Amino acid sequence: MNGNATAASGSFAGAIAWSVSRDLRLALRHPDETLLTVAFFALVASLFPLAIGPEPQLLARIGPGIIWVAALLAAFLALPSLFAGDYADGTLEQMVLSPHPSFGWALGKALGHWLVTGLPLVILSPLIGLQFGLPPDALLVQALSLALGTPLLSLLGGACAALSLGARGGGTLLAVLALPLFVPVLIFGSGATEAQATGIPPEAHLSLLAAGLLLALVAVPFAIVAALKIAVD
Amino acid sequence: MSFPEAQPPALLEAVSLSCRRGPVRLFHGLTLTAAGGEAVCLRGPNGSGKTTLLRCLAGLTRLDAGEVRWSGRPITDEDCAFRESLAFVGHLPAVKDDLTAEENLDFALKLRGVHVTDGQRRAALEQVGLGRRLTLPARRLSAGQRRRVGLARLALDPARLWLLDEPLTALDDEGQQLFRDLLAAHLSSGGVCVAATHHPLAPAGGHAREVWLA
Repeated sequence: MNGNATAASGSFAGAIAWSVSRDLRLALRHPDETLLTVAFFALVASLFPLAIGPEPQLLARIGPGIIWVAALLAAFLALPSLFAGDYADGTLEQMVLSPHPSFGWALGKALGHWLVTGLPLVILSPLIGLQFGLPPDALLVQALSLALGTPLLSLLGGACAALSLGARGGGTLLAVLALPLFVPVLIFGSGATEAQATGIPPEAHLSLLAAGLLLALVAVPFAIVAALKIAVD
Repeated sequence: MSFPEAQPPALLEAVSLSCRRGPVRLFHGLTLTAAGGEAVCLRGPNGSGKTTLLRCLAGLTRLDAGEVRWSGRPITDEDCAFRESLAFVGHLPAVKDDLTAEENLDFALKLRGVHVTDGQRRAALEQVGLGRRLTLPARRLSAGQRRRVGLARLALDPARLWLLDEPLTALDDEGQQLFRDLLAAHLSSGGVCVAATHHPLAPAGGHAREVWLA
């Protein structure tokens, strides 16, 4: 119509950039919802030291586990809405029909979820860890385990959110699907800091988390796409 | 103008399509072809399978039998070449409430892998009558104005195949005329359009073939 002769062409980078930039912009339009995740994490993890009282040894013992449980639940909070909006307004159909490789935008959706819900927790975790009296090296391992574990939660959770899309009672289904998958991440994540605190090198736990993350980066976007195609069928 | 007996090669071919939804058989053995410059109207009562047929042609809904071919090649799930030439407008506008009309158009085109300048984007929005509402969040736009964002997308999209579900819904007379002009330009540049519609869709100076679903 306007002499625009350039043909449409899809690319992997274009797909990731599209997902991430759009989801970040939408998140910025709703800072309250975005901050909810971080606030939830900080509140839950801060209430425990207040409730348990000043027993430094006990706090340092249970701290890593509590921080990880809080991070896991915080990551879960934003999952039901990960694809629901795109599904409801028809954007999901456009995504499935886009010439971009579907692997790219599916990975981008998980990445966007992590940037909004996971990354702030990684940055905040040393501060929360201080409340439990964790030593500096344990704080570092804690942040490292969260940096490896929360993207894994975003990917696994993304696949579950895609699978439960459009189902009646999707929220319950999502919890039933996602929480069991989150458990190994929780065990190795909190295990890393605990190992460090008891003098065992945490490398084994961290390596397992990293291996899981690499595997999920390659495999999970395919699962997300397959599930979304069923949802829009 | 008429081209007697000149049969251009069919770009879009759908061969003996069958689809059932639960116990209901929507269509069976349906065959449909369209060549460049041709518009096909899918007509029929509510629930006759117009939307489903359109989604089957796009590859969104799985067929029970039959095959859809584009430029002589069957379309598959991973067929990027087919999706590069496809602009699909469903009954949902794919417009985000929290983004402005301009941002919506920008992201819609990026998702289609189409690169345009800011000037082209603004010109298209002005052309569809949204020039004064560029920076308004889409939640403040009316249903017809949201449809117009979709029209601006069609105007900038070089796709050769348009699959449109009720393209005239919610548009006022001027908007409908705007759509017909866009369609005429699309067809005259060799594009193909298949639309499910309750309104006759004849573009200015052309005609649309009608396919009736029972």
